[in-house]
Amino acid sequence: MPAFLFWIFALLMLIFGAAVVVNRNPVASALSLVVSFIGLAALFMSLDAYFIGIIQVLVYAGAVMVLFLFIIMLLDLRAEERRKISWLTSAGAIAVALALLLQIFYVVGHFKSAQQPFPPLARSTTDDVRNIGLLLFENYNLPFQIIGVLVLVATIGVVLLSRREPR
Amino acid sequence: MITLGDYLIVSGILFAIGFAGVMLRRNLIIILMSLELMLNAANLSLVAFSRFRVLPTGLPDYNVQVFVFFIITVAAAEVAVGLAILVALFRARQTTDVKDISSLKF
Repeated sequence: MPAFLFWIFALLMLIFGAAVVVNRNPVASALSLVVSFIGLAALFMSLDAYFIGIIQVLVYAGAVMVLFLFIIMLLDLRAEERRKISWLTSAGAIAVALALLLQIFYVVGHFKSAQQPFPPLARSTTDDVRNIGLLLFENYNLPFQIIGVLVLVATIGVVLLSRREPR
Repeated sequence: MITLGDYLIVSGILFAIGFAGVMLRRNLIIILMSLELMLNAANLSLVAFSRFRVLPTGLPDYNVQVFVFFIITVAAAEVAVGLAILVALFRARQTTDVKDISSLKF
């Protein structure tokens, strides 16, 4: 993948990721999140992880986003009214986030392998799904079934939680 | 030339944005979205490491991509449960603002 495409998609992802946090209107935040995730999916594909990129678009830009928008519309949430901002809390939050960022910069800067480009692949990985599927059903069969139980429990939990209490 | 460090930095910035969102915003829906951003930042660095560690067969390390697949599944389940809790909360209190939900505050 050419370098400028990496920077375009990375900037797209970061700008719209910041827009999620900055936007006052929840619908605008949700739509920014979609664009951010599509940029992220493009980055996954630039790393030759085609299956993960497709899953990202299907699950996040598809299912999760519909869920978010559905809930926002259902609850009829409006843009937040301006409240008095607690400057101390905001400054603290931004300071902690910046400290985290500085630590990441420091660690990555001192990480020898981080300065190396990616080694070339032996052949193009067009059978990405096949390789992941084989690994998933052979080596990781038990975790896969546990995930299935987790999703079942989550489904039952959601139904129970959103049921109206009989009075 | 794009290096592993570039991906790690981008992923770190995305994580910091999500973290700032969780700390700064008071709307529960936006907090859930910021959590998703953080989870995806972790996924990005995992996939970058997977591509960086090319196995002797000349393929990327697919173990990591299976791990990312599990993370995406758990994240989807987490969003579903979180939004269901949000709906139950909205029915009880008619608010999604964390400042209005402080019954457990010490």
